Amino acid sequence: MASRVWRPVVLACALALSTFGARAEGVLRIGMTATDIPLTHGAPDNGFEGFRFTGFTLYDALVNWDLSSADKPSVIKPGLALSWSVDPADTTHWTFKLRPGVRFHDGSAFDAAAVVWNFDKLLNKGAPQFDARQASLVGFRIASVASYGAPDATTVDIKTKMADSFLPFELSYILMASPAQFEKVGHDWSKFAAEPSGTGPFRLEKLVPHERAVLVPFKDYWDETRRARLDRLELIPMPEGNTRTAALLSGQVDFIEAPPPDTIPRLKSAGMQITSNPYPHIWPYHLSRLPDSPWNDIRVRKAANLAVDRDGLKELLGGYALPAKGQVLPDSPWFGKPSFDIKYDVEAAKKLMTEAGYGPDKPVKAKILISASGSGQMLPLPMNEFIQENLKEIGIDVDFEVVDFTTLTNRWRAGAKADPNAGVSAINYSYATVDPFNALIRFTRSDLHAPNGVNWGFYADPEMDALIAKAQSAFDPAAQNEILGQVHARMVDDAQFLWVVHDVAPRAMTPNVKGFVQPRNWFLDLTSVTVK
Amino acid sequence: MLNYVFRRVVYAAPIAIGVTLLVFALLHIAPGDPINAVAGPDAPADVVEALRRAYGFDKPLPVQYLLFLRRILSGDLGVSVATGRPVSGELAAAFVNTLVLALGAALMGFVAGVALGAAAGWRKGSITDRLATLVSLIGVSIPHYWFGMVLVILLAVEARWLPAMGMGTGLGDLAVHAFLPALTMAVIPTGIVARTVRAAVGETLEREFVQALRAKGLRRGAIMRHVARNVSPTLIAVLGLQFGYLLGGSILIETVFAWPGAGFLLNEAIFKRDLPVLQGILLMLAMFFVLLNLAVDVIQAWLDPRMRRA
Repeated sequence: MASRVWRPVVLACALALSTFGARAEGVLRIGMTATDIPLTHGAPDNGFEGFRFTGFTLYDALVNWDLSSADKPSVIKPGLALSWSVDPADTTHWTFKLRPGVRFHDGSAFDAAAVVWNFDKLLNKGAPQFDARQASLVGFRIASVASYGAPDATTVDIKTKMADSFLPFELSYILMASPAQFEKVGHDWSKFAAEPSGTGPFRLEKLVPHERAVLVPFKDYWDETRRARLDRLELIPMPEGNTRTAALLSGQVDFIEAPPPDTIPRLKSAGMQITSNPYPHIWPYHLSRLPDSPWNDIRVRKAANLAVDRDGLKELLGGYALPAKGQVLPDSPWFGKPSFDIKYDVEAAKKLMTEAGYGPDKPVKAKILISASGSGQMLPLPMNEFIQENLKEIGIDVDFEVVDFTTLTNRWRAGAKADPNAGVSAINYSYATVDPFNALIRFTRSDLHAPNGVNWGFYADPEMDALIAKAQSAFDPAAQNEILGQVHARMVDDAQFLWVVHDVAPRAMTPNVKGFVQPRNWFLDLTSVTVK
Repeated sequence: MLNYVFRRVVYAAPIAIGVTLLVFALLHIAPGDPINAVAGPDAPADVVEALRRAYGFDKPLPVQYLLFLRRILSGDLGVSVATGRPVSGELAAAFVNTLVLALGAALMGFVAGVALGAAAGWRKGSITDRLATLVSLIGVSIPHYWFGMVLVILLAVEARWLPAMGMGTGLGDLAVHAFLPALTMAVIPTGIVARTVRAAVGETLEREFVQALRAKGLRRGAIMRHVARNVSPTLIAVLGLQFGYLLGGSILIETVFAWPGAGFLLNEAIFKRDLPVLQGILLMLAMFFVLLNLAVDVIQAWLDPRMRRA
């Protein structure tokens, strides 16, 4: 009789304890650099910070990024697609096999029809879900897609306009939104953004524009190894760096992006954790190669690269930068074997300048377009002034035209030939070098100048074009990496840019934040994070 | 009085139309393409053009202005280019948030300013006058952006007495969160109001009617009531202007404190070249000034009948 009384009590206690052990762990409040909550409908704005916080949290793509390691370059991996292959007989024909059993946050099933629907939202102007704004934000990433279809519920066929081995990388930016939810909200993308539905590890619980977004774990997330452990994730826009620092120190947030370098000693003394890691970012001068450009002499370009004291600049940034050896990180699979070694060698720089017929008495005059701030621009004013002194020492007189970041982006998009850029011979615009197209191709293929792309300086090299075409047709990853290495080596040997540093994305968080891994990527995986 | 009010209302209408034209013209003359600013960095030209057409920026400017005017008259301020959300909704929330700060700053600034100015004006040349003048001088000289950051360091980060940023959740939380930014915003109005009141009180006390009141044996309190009545039209004008400044000049404070008000929204809209939002904010601020001036004129006329006859 006693056991009949006690057994249910013991069982109840065991149940309570088991759920206690399975309870989610804490609330993570993040101070972002964005001025507003990035768009939540599946095509985030605010650059890659948008993808980081309202892109890959709420959504997945067919191809995801592996964000689990801090020690090696981040690579692509299967996401909503289990596998993909290209037809050897027709290299414009791709087949993607989808992961079965995946559900959107609203409970509807993810299938091949949903993939087609999402491509239509970006590429099919006649589709009711087509959105010009989303197309402008991410549609260009799949510019090579000619057609697509769903022969069955778990297969998607994609035809490209030409052989494009980079397609899997491009698809990593195309996030899958729920067609059912779009129907439910009356075909209105603004309403969808207020009640978004993706397949990601978090779902949106509350959105107060300009103030706060609250995300909670999606309990039925398909990847059991990446089910979010937090109770809640709160995103708070704080564009001012000192505000973010004060908010962290006063306990209002637990995690901040991009603390100003001069606040880091204070944060450390308060017991905060500071993380950083090189990631695919480069801070260069993108040089004009128009006929009147002072940078057309390779000796001048190489001399400029040898004149910059990158270690000194790193010190100026409190140690939070990595001296550049080229466009991509030195251990990138696309680095290749360039023969030009980018380093600080003033004597070698002066020698080259003398050979080119220049020096302190007959300087090269160059006007560089820079911004006062901006995403990825680090600390542009002191950095540029530092470089200006370096270049002056070897006989390159640099003058700056300082504009706001939006103007800089407009003039970058317009190209070196545009009227507003008359007299400007270089632009200081930082780049994400995550995938082959963004890292290398868009700056080096001769047809990708304005208005077709951002080969800002109108660089044109038929041999480079041939290498790029070869890379684009190389479907074996090892072969592709080898050719991309040749592309990069050619860029460096030609001193196509003046490469300065890679950012290392410093972040600060309270000692209670556990399980955070800072990968070598612009994006983060917050599912492993807990707050004790 | 009613005639006076009616005349002021009628004068406000062409001013309002003029404001819409000025706002529209200035924003479209300014450099920067609103669509290029929000489209993805590598967006191809045809996609950017489609977006331009979707927002009506491909139409001739006079047509765009007439469409803009027609929408305003029907209460529609358009849709944000950056977010796709209705501008009126964005502005309503932002202005309420700014109003909270402005009212708090006005209360602190005006009370402190009037008290300092009255004390200084009553005791001109005394140590009270000198101290009050020093405080008001600091108020108008100090960069309030810097002052706000100092307050955050001292009271939020070091002492942890008050929050460093944001609005919090709930009414009680709101008051606590609003205190520091409102105090920061109150610094300049305190200085300006104090200086104005000091000068006005000092000048009024030297008038013959005050000597007559003293000769009649009136006590200090009663004399001050007469002085206050005479100073009030000038004070109302300054308070009105300062309140307008508090509503419109809060970009720096709202950014430092991450307070999602009109200034914060304006800052974001400028960087994103979000023309519909920019137009909406500038129009609302300008119209608010027009209405505020109207209210100040009416109150002044009520306080000083001589102004009605002018």
